[in-house]
Order: sequence, then structure tokens, then C-alpha cells
Amino acid sequence: MQEFVEFTLGGIASGMVYAAIALSLVLIWRGTRILNFAQGGLAMLTTYLASIVISRTGSYWEGFAAGLAAGLVLGAVAERTVIRPVESKGPMNAVIVTIGLLIFIEGLAGIIFGGQYRSFPPAFSIVGLRIGSFSLGISRNDVFTAGAVLAAAVILAVVFRYTPVGLRLRAAAFGPQVARLLGVRVGRVLTLGWALAGLFGALAGVLVTPSTFLYPNSMDAIFVLGFTAAVIGGLDSPVGAVVGGLILGVVLEYVGGYLGSDIVPLFGLAALVLVLMVRPSGLFSAATTRQV
Amino acid sequence: MSAGTALAVEGIEAGYGGAVVLHGVTVAVPAGTITAVLGANGAGKTTLLRTVSGMVRPRAGRIVAGGADVTGRRPEQISRAGVAHVPEGQGVIAELTVEENLRLGGLNRRHAERAAGLADAYARFPVLERRRGLPAGTLSGGERQVLVIARALMSRPRVLLLDEPSLGLAPRVVAQVMGLVRSLREESGLSVLLVEQNARSALSIADTGIVLNLGRVVAAAPAADLAADVSLRRHYLGF
Ligand SMILES: Nc1ncnc2c1ncn2[C@@H]1O[C@H](COP(=O)(O)OP(=O)(O)OP(=O)(O)O)[C@@H](O)[C@H]1O
Ligand SMILES: [Mg+2]
Repeated sequence: MQEFVEFTLGGIASGMVYAAIALSLVLIWRGTRILNFAQGGLAMLTTYLASIVISRTGSYWEGFAAGLAAGLVLGAVAERTVIRPVESKGPMNAVIVTIGLLIFIEGLAGIIFGGQYRSFPPAFSIVGLRIGSFSLGISRNDVFTAGAVLAAAVILAVVFRYTPVGLRLRAAAFGPQVARLLGVRVGRVLTLGWALAGLFGALAGVLVTPSTFLYPNSMDAIFVLGFTAAVIGGLDSPVGAVVGGLILGVVLEYVGGYLGSDIVPLFGLAALVLVLMVRPSGLFSAATTRQV
Repeated sequence: MSAGTALAVEGIEAGYGGAVVLHGVTVAVPAGTITAVLGANGAGKTTLLRTVSGMVRPRAGRIVAGGADVTGRRPEQISRAGVAHVPEGQGVIAELTVEENLRLGGLNRRHAERAAGLADAYARFPVLERRRGLPAGTLSGGERQVLVIARALMSRPRVLLLDEPSLGLAPRVVAQVMGLVRSLREESGLSVLLVEQNARSALSIADTGIVLNLGRVVAAAPAADLAADVSLRRHYLGF
């Protein structure tokens, strides 16, 4: 019982990080049908920036804010500078460009920061919480991690559903041609989508790095898991991304806890392949066909 | 163009890739009138509307809407210049609700006007108010046509481009849609460029019309004259 609670809560905490990466992928996929392989690389860069700001100012929160802000800006800049020029040539070209961007970013980080592992501070204590003698298997920082992603996801959902800019974002994703005829500046809206994706990636970066260390490839493994979560959720659905992250997080924690941590990475990949084979549209995709 | 012209298309040449579809098409829509664009399948009617709304870039010619030269502008800019294009096959955004589709049409108006516009739309089209919270994809064909016209009106356009609004609708619904277009012209002085295969219905509400054949204007006359021209009817209009 004790173990089960520990694994479940721990799984939720790590699952919310996968959810943040998954959301960043979904935000771009639904508007453009582009899978942004550079998302993890961008998050690594913004986490380095956060790390520098924290060591300069001594304030975790200033670094946190700087990291997120950099995510917004980098996402938008990436779209405008490297994606926009190839956009008209089809999603496949753009996807290849994102892979190139990833290699470039990771190489650049290696040159600037070196390859050594750096520690990155958590926001709160990582000492396990307990109720009486009952260990919960998660720390105050895990609670913050899950809460921060949840809060960001809820804000995103509210913006999507209840604001004009959210309506523009959805219209540009579901019917770009019609949206343009109705005066929506779809180009700007896509840039905004990339900026928001950059924000969620950056959030995942600062939240996960205390437990992975910071180095040029530090986000690669998390990216694969976030991608798996997004695929489970159907790539199209923000709600699916969060649920997919939670399912993956909890399942991987059970696998690691009950079967041994060695097979977790293997199991993560197996889950990805399995979902792609059995239900490539994911569990939450509306899977509608469209004509304009 | 004269001051009373809502939309002037002058000598437009346009097409797709290497293929030229429109060969020097000229048409004027006087303010507050309905101009029908008739012609067989593939004549270039849809291409003409797409060129006016900026989805297709003209290679030659000039387009003036509401006094502003919009030649070569992008669709979102032309929309802001007061031209609303209701595309062929309707173009509701199925995943958005009926109300969200309507709101989308009015996003570029000021905040107070948006609410008023929505209330107007519901007053005029009670069927939309009853369905306001449903995904637009659940509407019937006729309801969708009403929705896309109502959505286009949310922006308070000066010029409405309608592409085959009768397509796929039952005759009774076609009559209702045509009646709606006519009443919009009468009540709000809207100028309409109306593309139709259903020449008889279109000419029954239009003031003037042009007939396109293989991307060229082969006739331009008052609607009544076109409807009365037996040879034109037999060769191009099919009624
Ligand atoms: N996207 C496109 N790419 C290439 N050619 C096209 C495209 N759309 C239309 N065409 C061609 O342009 C010509 C005119 O097409 P258009 O759709 O304008 O005709 P239309 O008068 O609207 O016909 P319909 O009554 O069937 O709607 C046709 O020969 C068509 O094959
Ligand atoms: Mg057509």
C-alpha cells in the first residue's frame, strides 16, 4: 500500500513534466502539422539561461522567470527565422529543419557551456513528504512541479476557450483558410503558438533539470517521453497531452518500482511503438476529416 | 471607377501555377446591388471570388474595394477592407461551436460592437441561437449556410462574396437563402457578388449579371435581360 501510494504520486509528478513537453508539441502540431524536434533543445537552452540568472542574482525565482520568458521569445524567434522560410514547402521540410535546429542548438551549447554536468537547484525542498510515519514518496518540490504545470495548463485552457486570442488560435488550427478570410492574421497566430510552446518547454526544463542535471543533451530523454505522452493523447488535443503525460508517468513509475528501474527507458520506447501501432491517432484525437 | 461602385474588378488575369484560368475578367458591383456570376462548371467563377478575396494572386489587372486598391493584398487584409468571402462548400469550422464561429466573424470589430453584432445575428437567425453551444459540424446543410452568411455579416462587410450558397440545398431552402440575400441588400445596402450554378434563382434576385465561359466574360447585362435571352440561356445558363 505504502509503495503503491509512493509510486502513484511520484508518477503524477513526473507525468506532469511529460505533459508540459507534450503540450508544447501539441501547440505546434495542431496549428502547423509540424513536429518540433528542437523543443527539448530549446528547453535546454532556456534552462542554461535560468541557471546563469540564478547564479548571478542568487534568486531562484528570477531565474525561473527568465527561463520562461526566454522560452516565449525563443519559440517565436525559431518560428520566424527558421520555420517560416520553409513553411510553404510542406510540414516534412519543416520537421527536418527542426531536427537540424536541435543538432545546432546542442552543438552550440556544447561550445558555449562545455559538456560537463551542472546541477540545477529545485524550487523547494526535495525531502520526501510524510504523513505521520507514512511516506508519500514525493517532495514539496514534486508538488510544486505538478502544480506549476497544472496551473499553466489550466490557464492555457481558459485562454483557448474564453478569449479572442484563444479563438484565433483554435480557428487558425482548425481552419486556417477560413480564418484568413475572416481577417485572422494566421501568420502571427502561428508565431504565438510557437511562443506558447516555447514557454511550456521552458517550464518543463526548469522543473525536470534538478533531477537530471544540466548538459547539452539533458532534455533528450525527457523529450522522447513527452513525445510519447503527446502521441498517447493524440497529438491534437491539449487535454489528451496532459492525460497522456499522467498515464505515462504513473505507468513508468510502476514499471520502475515493481519491475526494476533498468527497463524504464525500454518500456517508454515500447509504449511509444505500441501506441503508434495500435492507435496512431491517440486516445483523445477527434480524428475528423476536413474540407474547405 | 465611379463613386457608387462597391467593387471593381478590372482586367483580371489569374490562375494556379502555370495554368491561367481568368483571362482579363472585368466586373463592377454598384453599391447596394447584387451582381450574379454565372457559368458552367470550370468557367472560373470560384477563381474569380478567390482572386477578389486574395486567396489567389492576380497576374494582371486591378481590384478596388470600397474605394481602396486591394490588388495583391493578403486575404486577412482584404477582409479588413470590408470584403467578406463565403467560400464554396461553406467553410464552417466544424470543431468550433456555432457561437464561436459567429464570434470569429466579428473579431476585428470593437468590443461593444461585437456583442451587438451577435445579438443582431441571433435576432435575425433564431435557429443559430438555439444551436449556439453545439459544434458547428452538427448543423444541417441549410443551417450551415445560414451560419456562414451570418458569420460573414458579423464583420459588417461592404461587399459580400457568395460562392454557390444554394449548393446541396433543398429547393425550399434555396429559396430561403436567396430571400435572405435579397433582404440583406434591401435592408442594409449590402453589395453582393453572387456566384451560382443555379442561374434561375440567382437572376431572380440579382440586379445585374455576368456570364463566364472558360475564364472570359461572354455577357454582362441587367439580370432581367440575361434571364430573357433565350440563346444565352440555352448555351450557357441551362434553363
Ligand atoms: N486549386 C486549383 N489548382 C489548379 N487548378 C484549379 C484549382 N482550382 C480550380 N482549378 C481549375 O481552374 C478552372 C476554374 O475552376 P473554378 O473552380 O474557378 O470553376 P468554377 O466556375 O467555380 O466551377 P464550379 O461551378 O464547378 O464550382 C478549372 O479548370 C479548374 O480545374
Ligand atoms: Mg466553383
